[in-house]
Amino acid sequence: MEKQIVSLDDVLRQYEGRRRDVLLPALWDVQTAFGHISPEAARQISTTLRVPVADIYGVIGFYSLFSEQPQGETVIHVCTSPSCGLAGADDLIRATCDELGIAPGQTTPDGRYTVRETTCLGLCDHAPAALVSQRGNGEHSVAPVHSPGELASHSHKPRTAAVDGVKEVFLQGTQPHRPQTLAEYGDYAALRHALEHMTPERVIETVEESGLVGRGGAAFPTGRKWRFTRGAPGQPRYVVCNADESEPGTFKDRVLMETRPHLLLEGMALSAYAIGAEQCYLFVRGEYPEATAILQRAIDDATAAGFLGERVMGHAFTCRIKIRRGAGAYICGEETALFEAIEGKRGFPRIKPPYPTTHGLFNKPTVVNNVETLCVVPGVIRHGADWFRQWGSQHSTGTKLVSVSGHVNRPGVYEIPFGMSLRALLDEQCKGVRGTLRAVLHGGAAGTFLTPNEIDVPITFEDLRSIGATLGSGAIMVFNDTVDMRDVLRRLGAFFEHESCGKCYPCQLGTQRQMEILNRADAPLPGDRLRLQDIGQTMTVASLCGLGQTAAMAVLSAMDKWPELFDSD
Amino acid sequence: MGDENATVTLMIDGHEVTVPEGTTILDAAKSIGIDIPVICYHEATTANGLCRVCVVDVDEGRLLQPACVATCQNGTQVSTRSARVERSRRTILEMLHSAVDLGQAPEIQSLLDEYQADRERFPGAERRTAPVRDDNPFYVRDYSQCVLCWRCVQVCAEDAQYTFALTFSERGFHTQISTAFDVPLPGSSCVFCGQCVGVCPTGALKPKIEWGLEQGWSWDQIREGTRRERKAPRRANGD
Ligand SMILES: Cc1cc2nc3c(=O)[nH]c(=O)nc-3n(C[C@H](O)[C@H](O)[C@H](O)COP(=O)(O)O)c2cc1C
Ligand code: SF4
Ligand code: SF4
Ligand code: FES
Repeated sequence: MEKQIVSLDDVLRQYEGRRRDVLLPALWDVQTAFGHISPEAARQISTTLRVPVADIYGVIGFYSLFSEQPQGETVIHVCTSPSCGLAGADDLIRATCDELGIAPGQTTPDGRYTVRETTCLGLCDHAPAALVSQRGNGEHSVAPVHSPGELASHSHKPRTAAVDGVKEVFLQGTQPHRPQTLAEYGDYAALRHALEHMTPERVIETVEESGLVGRGGAAFPTGRKWRFTRGAPGQPRYVVCNADESEPGTFKDRVLMETRPHLLLEGMALSAYAIGAEQCYLFVRGEYPEATAILQRAIDDATAAGFLGERVMGHAFTCRIKIRRGAGAYICGEETALFEAIEGKRGFPRIKPPYPTTHGLFNKPTVVNNVETLCVVPGVIRHGADWFRQWGSQHSTGTKLVSVSGHVNRPGVYEIPFGMSLRALLDEQCKGVRGTLRAVLHGGAAGTFLTPNEIDVPITFEDLRSIGATLGSGAIMVFNDTVDMRDVLRRLGAFFEHESCGKCYPCQLGTQRQMEILNRADAPLPGDRLRLQDIGQTMTVASLCGLGQTAAMAVLSAMDKWPELFDSD
Repeated sequence: MGDENATVTLMIDGHEVTVPEGTTILDAAKSIGIDIPVICYHEATTANGLCRVCVVDVDEGRLLQPACVATCQNGTQVSTRSARVERSRRTILEMLHSAVDLGQAPEIQSLLDEYQADRERFPGAERRTAPVRDDNPFYVRDYSQCVLCWRCVQVCAEDAQYTFALTFSERGFHTQISTAFDVPLPGSSCVFCGQCVGVCPTGALKPKIEWGLEQGWSWDQIREGTRRERKAPRRANGD
């Protein structure tokens, strides 16, 4: 490959006069251009943005996709989370490393390749998956990867984005396999309707009446969140879209962004109108380069068409949307850690209260919503709350996107009306389980296991709660009876150990100790079961944020359902 | 903003207590003679709720609350020694002991005793170790003894000195306090104010003289060692 001659000055020129909130973008530009961030580069960023160099070093070390050490021209990140594990990720890593003559984490002597293991890339329906970073060019995803040769190729793999199911809210009958263009999407009719016929207050009421609750995992009522934010003192207010989707087994937001970018942008604009914000941020995980490019293009197109930007559609409403790229940290999906990342800091969650509705991004009142949540809004505004309530139950209204991966015949993203049973989802939508069902991990790495005799549960918040399960982000991982459940637990343990931010002791220490004990689960020490329970209970009740509070969920549920897994053989 | 004279009344371990609104549970408990253990909390630094040994049960809620930052709420029942609280404190202490050299942290040692923590609870556990950093005449850093209370980073930054010499490397269990790119302190922005040494609760940050005495140095050696930038010869590339 031709070496590009770029200087630090070239890369950093556009940041002259800017401040810390562009630290992550600046670090990304340096990382992409040079393959790492040297002390010299950090010092120059420090003087350009007026951020202490120690803080910059701290930020580099926090995010997995930034490196202070030189790496290969091509860095191959192979996913080792459960679904890719089932699909042969370990073999892929071994074969790739053998071919290059290195071990995982190392760089070839000629400086061309580095191979790394990574946690879930959100491509579980195309497992095994990899993310490839090329110096000078940036990232692209490759999935499924069948041989090491495919990793080295510079071509993007076209992936079908199979959203199926009822196709009412998100797809409205169409099933695009590529990004919908602005012309195909339409003229932001819901936003136009709101601007012409609805007060912000009425928009909030309608969202409240729809019963919509957040799809990011916490299921907080969306309309109420908007009302609190609109009523909070302090200006300006912000809308933040949480597109950090990094929960293992979750990939619905990626598919939404890659196929229906304008639906999301219109939802963000409606939220901004409702709460009285002008500035929106779209925080996309760094491992989603394709979605990021698609969204940037969509923002540009919508702005050129007058649907975003100054005086939208001729009304006294301004809405600017900025994309911010994450850099490899699951914790930045936690809303306050996400704010810290946008502010150019290590992604440490903040103590709550105060909540984002009053003290969010830059300490201002902020609405933070998941991609899917925001994608529901245009339909609700256009067709009304009752339209949305025609699906689902009283407490779980509308439809839900679920990401199904693992041992099913047709993995993918499905739009289901709340109330469909897990069995119907697996049998009818996903065309059945491959082999004999052993377990379903419901709700992602932070979820719980269900056994084959529990899968008649209707998928609603209330029914799942009644059997001690959660919906979480809608990740459903299916395991047949060939799966070594201890291996699954080991991968989950490694995930949490890798992703704990380290701020609070229960999780900082507990995720490490939990992983160590799971790693020896084939030959446990006497007392390991009680150790796992003590660690798990302590993390659950004493951790500072949702990561630690859920880091033992799957382990504790496995212990409950298959106690024999924790006996020595 | 609320009324400045507003008060709240709550029960702590069965005792009724009335305190000004905004009082932390830690302070309210102290006012009636109930001691809640702390590790990361320090009056001079911003409380971040890191160590969680101060957790208490409030109305038997799903989560325990960190007493050093959680404020008293009217009409609540606080238990500072419930079974969940004791189990959490003991487990946190056991895990901390399995990771960090607490040999020079007498307060934490007495907590280990008080909560009957098993000092050998986690056999085979990875420990956080680091070589002693002796790179300046004033103080020595031994991060094998660091409990990541953040106090040094905070006093070096907005809590006191605005020097910004200290930060963190990596994240999670493998986090370590560090200068930028781990340069020796004289090459960092450190002004040797010594505030970090003053707030460090363990032997991780130690005045050079104290360290020298521990090493069995003579006074001559100490005089020498605390006047030179480092013991080791300067590297060619300087700082
Ligand atoms: C460790 C952790 C990771 C999270 N990751 C995400 C995420 O990737 N996407 C998301 O929308 N919410 C995530 N959340 C939930 C957010 O904190 C927040 O509740 C959500 O974005 C609010 O949006 P909603 O109300 O629309 O669901 C995460 C929470 C935690 C504790
Ligand atoms: S629970 Fe884990 S991720 Fe959350 S603040 Fe504590 S250490 Fe960080
Ligand atoms: S060096 Fe001392 S003050 Fe700094 S974080 Fe570690 S224990 Fe706390
Ligand atoms: S003293 Fe409260 S969390 Fe450490």
